[in-house]
Amino acid sequence: MQPTDTSHPDHYHRVVDCQWACPAHTDVPEYIRLIAQGQFTEAYLVNRESNVFPGILGRVCDRPCEPACRRGRVEEKPVAICRLKRVAADHRDDISARLPLIPATKNGKRIACIGAGPASLTLANDLLPLGYEVTIFEKWATPGGLMRTNIPSFRLPASVLDEEIRYITDRGVDLRLGSPVDSMKALLDAGEFDAIFVGSGAPKGKDLELPGRRATPDVAAHVHIGIDWLESVAFKHIEAIGRRVLIIGVGNTAMDCCRTSLRLGADDVKVMARKPRTFFKASKWELDDAEEESVQIIVNHAPKTFAVENGKLVGMWFERMEYALAGERIVSERSAESVFFPCDDVILAIGQENAFPWIENDIGIALDQWHVPQVDKITFQSTRPEVFFGGDAAFGPKNIIWAVEHGHQAAISVHKFCQGLPVSERLPPLLNLSSRKMGIHEWAYHNDYSAVERRLMPHVDLKERFRKINIEVELGFTAEQAVAEVQRCLNCDVQTVFDAKLCIECDACIDICPVDCLTMTPNAPEGELRGMLKAPARNLTQPLFVSTPLQQTGRVMVKDEDVCVHCGLCAERCPTAAWDMQKSTIKIPYARDETTPCMKQPARKTA
Amino acid sequence: MSFMTKPKVAHPGLPRNQLGLTRRDYEGGMSTLCAGCGHDSVTAAIIEATWGLSLRPEQLVKLSGIGCSSKTTAYFVSGAHGFNSVHGRMPSIATGAIAANSQLYYIGVSGDGDTLSIGFGQFAHAIRRNINMLYILENNGVYGLTKGQFSASADVGSKAKKGEANQQPPIDAVQTALTLGCTFVARSFSGDKAQLVPLIKAGMMHKGFALIDVLSPCVTFNDHEGSTKSYEFVRDHYDAVVHADFVPPANEITTEYGAGEVVPVTLHDGNRIVLHKLDPDYDPTNRGKAINYLRDKQAHGEYVTGLIYMDSKSLDFHDVNATGSTPMNQLPFAKLTPGAQGLAKIMERYR
Repeated sequence: MQPTDTSHPDHYHRVVDCQWACPAHTDVPEYIRLIAQGQFTEAYLVNRESNVFPGILGRVCDRPCEPACRRGRVEEKPVAICRLKRVAADHRDDISARLPLIPATKNGKRIACIGAGPASLTLANDLLPLGYEVTIFEKWATPGGLMRTNIPSFRLPASVLDEEIRYITDRGVDLRLGSPVDSMKALLDAGEFDAIFVGSGAPKGKDLELPGRRATPDVAAHVHIGIDWLESVAFKHIEAIGRRVLIIGVGNTAMDCCRTSLRLGADDVKVMARKPRTFFKASKWELDDAEEESVQIIVNHAPKTFAVENGKLVGMWFERMEYALAGERIVSERSAESVFFPCDDVILAIGQENAFPWIENDIGIALDQWHVPQVDKITFQSTRPEVFFGGDAAFGPKNIIWAVEHGHQAAISVHKFCQGLPVSERLPPLLNLSSRKMGIHEWAYHNDYSAVERRLMPHVDLKERFRKINIEVELGFTAEQAVAEVQRCLNCDVQTVFDAKLCIECDACIDICPVDCLTMTPNAPEGELRGMLKAPARNLTQPLFVSTPLQQTGRVMVKDEDVCVHCGLCAERCPTAAWDMQKSTIKIPYARDETTPCMKQPARKTA
Repeated sequence: MSFMTKPKVAHPGLPRNQLGLTRRDYEGGMSTLCAGCGHDSVTAAIIEATWGLSLRPEQLVKLSGIGCSSKTTAYFVSGAHGFNSVHGRMPSIATGAIAANSQLYYIGVSGDGDTLSIGFGQFAHAIRRNINMLYILENNGVYGLTKGQFSASADVGSKAKKGEANQQPPIDAVQTALTLGCTFVARSFSGDKAQLVPLIKAGMMHKGFALIDVLSPCVTFNDHEGSTKSYEFVRDHYDAVVHADFVPPANEITTEYGAGEVVPVTLHDGNRIVLHKLDPDYDPTNRGKAINYLRDKQAHGEYVTGLIYMDSKSLDFHDVNATGSTPMNQLPFAKLTPGAQGLAKIMERYR
């Protein structure tokens, strides 16, 4: 193998699995260390830098970081990264003085955002400090987008949502509530704005046209579309549901629907899944939370017809499916029998899609056959240069943290576009390394491995939580739990940095490594080299580190990063400091980094 | 010396031996030796070998004397029996233990001072008695624990850290052992586990006294330019003559060899050692030729390594003394103590 090019920022970034997996590249180990030091405000600000909504995401993020967490490969369970984010948010001090300053003199460029969801809010967050005037058009009377309409308040309290949105909207955004945009053409023709950002989400829930669906108005009234129904509940247009409810679909929206039903009077809620459990789209933890509340999840049942008697919905017929599986794949399926489930209401949670009835065909925005605009994957620009898309509106339903990242990227594009710079030329991420060595065996980080297991999130008592719809179920970690949980983080950003020129090949690092991730061996092609490792990696997606040839024997030092616990013992046992523990800081470029050096920064004013 | 212990967490894919144990189960306490000490690599090789032999920890006895080297026994197989003796007196303790219980595996770890100076007589008599043990000599040519004076194994001309050259001729442990009639003589290097691990396995399974003289650089006092026991010097003057592979009876001999001659040697218990002669003219079963070969190479400043001499048919201490196979601690009390009448009978013999 070729020696690893550690000067490429991606090499060390990939070692920090959580940060690499996070769409917004949140500096997870850094904020966990700050929590460990009791610096909650600083931890919150590290989060806010990249993910903008730490309090919200600390409760409802899809947390791609956790399945990626190295701790989950070293032992069974990852660090509770998401809920630690909430710890930082719960315990932070007032941060308003530490938000970036907004210049009083504007730069003369006006930006319109359509929809006040996470993508638009992030874009505004990034552009306001640069002097842009941002107007957000929101169809509802409150901002937040799906964070408010589709996430029930027992998971995300309105107060948390309001506070973090106000950090942006109160700082000079022209927020126009109750103002849906009905025509893109009209908005463009008015010429009021230099750029338009569409962050209107994927607002159309999929329907299920089966026999009986529209048999009578009564049936239609008892069959609900998940995201619309959640929205009506959020705005208190719906305050009750029948006793027996069937949820069709088993994604995260289905989990919100079933748990909301229980709080609106249902006591027999079944989630009907077409396929076996391994095919579920819902996150494991959301399934767990639903099942804790006695929601039944019934697998292998495909909906067939709505059963109607005397004009009323009485239940649904399903086909009980039998699948032949080859590993993770279904190779054949057959219907074993028809089964009837009685119910009073049905909620359809089988997906959602984009819908842009308000974007005209003839205004230079290229649309595909499904009337969805063509959007550049990197710049988020449409075929009409001043129109940008982000969040679910860009590439269909994803999640909040992706919407935030889209907002950041679109902000860079909008900024470059408004400054007359080429949108496709973007700054690369940068990487800085600095040694953590303090003394002969002292490091500026806690390098000892803590064997504690993942802390369990305390929940409100099962009876108590159904009393009102907005009782937040998760209580947040106690101080004791947070103290234990932060120690589980392996500090993957404190990198093992190797200097082949200093190595005397004494084997000390190889002998001491608790997880056998180091090997000194003659070089070979990757496949062969992986087989020669002291303990071959199970996770082949993580690249190997291969040094330049060593001085004495010409062998190479190979490190399999997969299960390194960053204990630093290789560096402690190294007599020549060929290994060093160095903290990597990944600098992700934002819109503000694109500003030219001569651009005047606002002076800090005292209050 | 690290302030923390090696974390208990292990690679989830670590291989397991016949007892279902991983290498990690054969570790001992955290080493307090200098970072980069060759002795720590010897420790790792012993861990690898005892794990590979699927020894139950309680089948193993580890013995040592005094010195940096003699701390080694604390760092492997915590579950084994152990005795840390007076300086240079480890062979006496080993002889006693072996006499009392022939059913255990004995590893003695000593250094060049403990073996070739204060314990030289003990070392010689342990070889002479052919006690059934593996004797590992961690040889760094320097008294590291007392800050770097030349030891009895320091080569003529080898320089100390401050520059003065050694004048006195060294005692070569390997040549000494050969002349004393040692039945298993090997030399290896702490930086070559591919050679050392099978040698340790073979030495443990050899019936009789097995010596492995391991060049184990002192990273603090003897790893500089001018030293003849530094990592770099040893690598530059390394002459591997016979590679020994240890093969349990259940396994086929599958290792492929290139040029040179391959000699399988079957041990008393059915285990085999496959000797791969890297120099085809070399005969590891001829003591006289081995001594000549070593002297010749020594004149050229070369370290001959590998399994230098082996006699698999020799009589060990137990054979010679016709001791019983039952360990003394398992003999019934009546048999172990002859009583007043029995004692009188024994005394009668000497009248």
